[in-house]
Amino acid sequence: MTIQTPVASKGCSDVPVLRERGQREVFCGLTGIVWLHRKMQDAFFLVVGSRTCAHLIQSAAGVMIFAEPRFATAIMEERDLAGLVDANDELDRVVARLLERRPDIKLLFLVGSCPSEVIKLDLSRAAARLSRSHAPAVRVLNYSGSGIETTFTQGEDACLASLVPELPDAAPNAGKSLIVVGALADVVEDQFRRLFDQLGIGPVSFLPPRRTSELPTVGPQTQYLLAQPFLGDTARALDERGAVRLHSNFPLGIEGTTNWLRAAADAWGVSEQHFNTVVQPPQERARKALDHHRERLADKSIFFFPDSQLEVPLARFVSRELGMRPIEIGTPYLHQQHLAAELPLLPQNALLSEGQDVEKQLDRCRAAKPDIVVCGLGLANPLEAEGMTTKWSIELLFTPIQGYEQAGDLAELFARPLVRRSRLEV
Amino acid sequence: MQLTLWTYEGPPHVGAMRIATAMEGVHYVLHAPQGDTYADLLFTMIERRDKRPPVTYTTFQARDLGGDTAELFKNAVREAYERFMPEALLVGASCTAELIQDDPGGLALALRLPVPVVPLELPAYQKKENWGASETFYRLVRALAAPHAPPADWQRPAREAGRRPRCNLLGPTALGFRHRDDVKEITGLLARLGVDVDVVAPMGASPSDLARLGEADFNVVLYPEIALSAAQWLQRTFRQPYIDIVPVGVTATREFIAAVATLSGIDASSLLAAEQSRLPWYSRSVDSTYLTGKRVFVFGDATHVIAAARVAKEELGFTVVGLGSYSREFGRELREAAKAYGVEALITDDYLEVEAKVRELAPEMVLGTQMERHIAKRLGIPSAVISAPVHVQDFPARYSPQMGFEGANVIFDTWVHPLMMGLEEHLLAMFREDFEFHAGAGPSHLGHAASAPSDAAPAQAPTREPAQAQSTISMTPADVCWSDDAQKELMKIPFFVRGKARRNTERFATERGLATVTIETLYDAKAHYSR
Ligand code: SF4
Ligand code: SF4
Repeated sequence: MTIQTPVASKGCSDVPVLRERGQREVFCGLTGIVWLHRKMQDAFFLVVGSRTCAHLIQSAAGVMIFAEPRFATAIMEERDLAGLVDANDELDRVVARLLERRPDIKLLFLVGSCPSEVIKLDLSRAAARLSRSHAPAVRVLNYSGSGIETTFTQGEDACLASLVPELPDAAPNAGKSLIVVGALADVVEDQFRRLFDQLGIGPVSFLPPRRTSELPTVGPQTQYLLAQPFLGDTARALDERGAVRLHSNFPLGIEGTTNWLRAAADAWGVSEQHFNTVVQPPQERARKALDHHRERLADKSIFFFPDSQLEVPLARFVSRELGMRPIEIGTPYLHQQHLAAELPLLPQNALLSEGQDVEKQLDRCRAAKPDIVVCGLGLANPLEAEGMTTKWSIELLFTPIQGYEQAGDLAELFARPLVRRSRLEV
Repeated sequence: MQLTLWTYEGPPHVGAMRIATAMEGVHYVLHAPQGDTYADLLFTMIERRDKRPPVTYTTFQARDLGGDTAELFKNAVREAYERFMPEALLVGASCTAELIQDDPGGLALALRLPVPVVPLELPAYQKKENWGASETFYRLVRALAAPHAPPADWQRPAREAGRRPRCNLLGPTALGFRHRDDVKEITGLLARLGVDVDVVAPMGASPSDLARLGEADFNVVLYPEIALSAAQWLQRTFRQPYIDIVPVGVTATREFIAAVATLSGIDASSLLAAEQSRLPWYSRSVDSTYLTGKRVFVFGDATHVIAAARVAKEELGFTVVGLGSYSREFGRELREAAKAYGVEALITDDYLEVEAKVRELAPEMVLGTQMERHIAKRLGIPSAVISAPVHVQDFPARYSPQMGFEGANVIFDTWVHPLMMGLEEHLLAMFREDFEFHAGAGPSHLGHAASAPSDAAPAQAPTREPAQAQSTISMTPADVCWSDDAQKELMKIPFFVRGKARRNTERFATERGLATVTIETLYDAKAHYSR
């Protein structure tokens, strides 16, 4: 990957990182389907995998609420393993049946899993074949959400990266445009859109779009802002299309959001004065909202288990805006270049760890006795039973947390478990 | 390849986890990629367990595949042994590791650990969760009890005079539907009969407990899906008889008591005379008349479906209009049971087929899993949950067994309550505008807004799909319209049956291709459905 920012070279080498390779306690990339299918309302996700894959998604999603979810699994059976020809025929049959049932689907993602990868079922060829046979009604793309290739949020990265070649070319005379990359809640998207409008930045589009017919155009005059820290492959794919990344923090908390907006404002030559006029009112509101929680959270120690790759910007937010003390900041993958603006803002004494050996990390966590632990659903209750206070990290993906108006909500996510514990007298 | 939107059962290694997690002193090393660790949350979140399941995952990655995944596995076994010091180890592969064929059993045995190592072969592309649980329990029992097996010509001696009869309770697991409370209920029942429970397994048992299973006089198989094959092996090996009458409902409980009495040579008549459930009297009480002939559809695992159908018919006076199960292994038993109700068993693990069946039968109540509860909710039908797969709501704080006499009381309440509430809701509805087509105002008793942690998370996901959730609430196509006078006539029908009359009439009209409902149609339909 090309290093484009002056800070990056520093970021890539200087930060001491504990690298671990042991048992990981994280979801695989298939999990991203849970939020992606709700964001892209006319897309369907078909996992080509095993019963385990199907069970993972339904356990993570609790899909029983829906009449018919927009994702499914083509569960491979004994005979699919015997011959790849048959597996491809079977896949064609399953897709045909699915599309017949759901004529509303415009875009179908074939999502690879560990089993499909281990048997080397070539889903990109399958996608091309199926795209031809179901054109023009349905476009078929593929990406891997497998646990041997992707960790949790990397599934979103792989999905968005597979969309990038689909983006139409921007007209040569189209002029500057901005793409915000990374799935955001609609409400957050709308807030950002209003802010960009007020700043005079535009045209702005979002990837992924709400409807796949609204894919943004891309070209050398396109600049993009990453809204999420886990989008390495997507960024690379956009770079290949000639788009230019705006370097910044991630839009978590007041500081992150301000720097993030400022990166775009600078690229659009927005004056400092105008920028401040636009961002001051929401900043003020966010500050009030944070004040409320700071009392409770200041000086509390916090321990992050690796999960979503949001850990680094979150640790920056809780330490700088809430006065919390990160003890360990675990992340499944430390993309130093994308985190170049974040890493220097982390407190010096926090341990940064990449990868995982869950038993050893639990030992460290127990020894550190943090006031609050951010971890996955498998660990939360056992740690609570040991007397620790926990916050489930998956909620950070399902809840709108980006931008000024959500800064208070984000703080509240950390405050609530502590408040709860202090209230309970049993 | 099987197109699956939702599945009743997980993969077979999740069944193995249910055994390992239920037990003490067992550790399971699973050759699996990182995503498979999701299974931990089933136990820690749905069942609210306060400990992680005793499972170590190797979490191999793509870059390991070229190298030595076998070495990775051996290290994981070694480290897990040193850290957890289990009395016995289970080793096996999940679906992905099955494909790379590292032979976990062979690798673990080669380490020569000083504890029994039980290799599990659970074909992930053929079998499912309950089979995996059953197979794991059977393998464990075999591995640990076989060394204590008597010679082939041994005969079980008669019980020594003065010693109380002893039995084992087999089948309760982690993540089981009310297993925790069933064990307590049945243990109490047996104690009152004068029978001691020696070992409960797998729930709460250690490997050394499994080693002494053969000492009891007989086995009680509470959940045949899990423990029947182990019990059959124990019978062959230790000449240890078993009882597999599932004591759900008053009659089955009494039959169970009689069977225990026969096997242990004790007299149960005084207990049978004294033991009471409130169910028989409550069912006879005149306020229960409205339960008569309620048309129910039953779906779930084989054990609970067969038992529930019988209770529904014989103890509550319902009519079983359909019955089915996802337990293919028990197809024969299910088909047999279905005959008693003059219906055909629906054996499938495709919930869409189940939903289609419910629509077709239009029952007045659905007894099923959490999925059927959702189906029923969408269709506006009262429902109660009788079987796994489980949900956080299936682990109530209060004592709430399904088995024994107290279980019968619980069943009466949980099945009748939604029907009774249905009546009350209609009273409330009287003060509203006709609510039948007002999708947002579903009666509150038809299931609650999803409250599982697994549900709660996506409920806050970025975008919502309200239309999808609501569009299926009405059971009838909206393209039937009502003539004014038919509409007026409908309003004269008492409010508490009006909804049903409307649905039936519209269905009747649709089936006959009538676009408009007239007064004639209304009464034709009434005549048709009052057959
Ligand atoms: S962390 Fe990112 S930028 Fe740094 S070397 Fe690795 S890929 Fe390149
Ligand atoms: S880790 Fe692999 S096998 Fe497991 S659920 Fe994820 S994709 Fe499927």
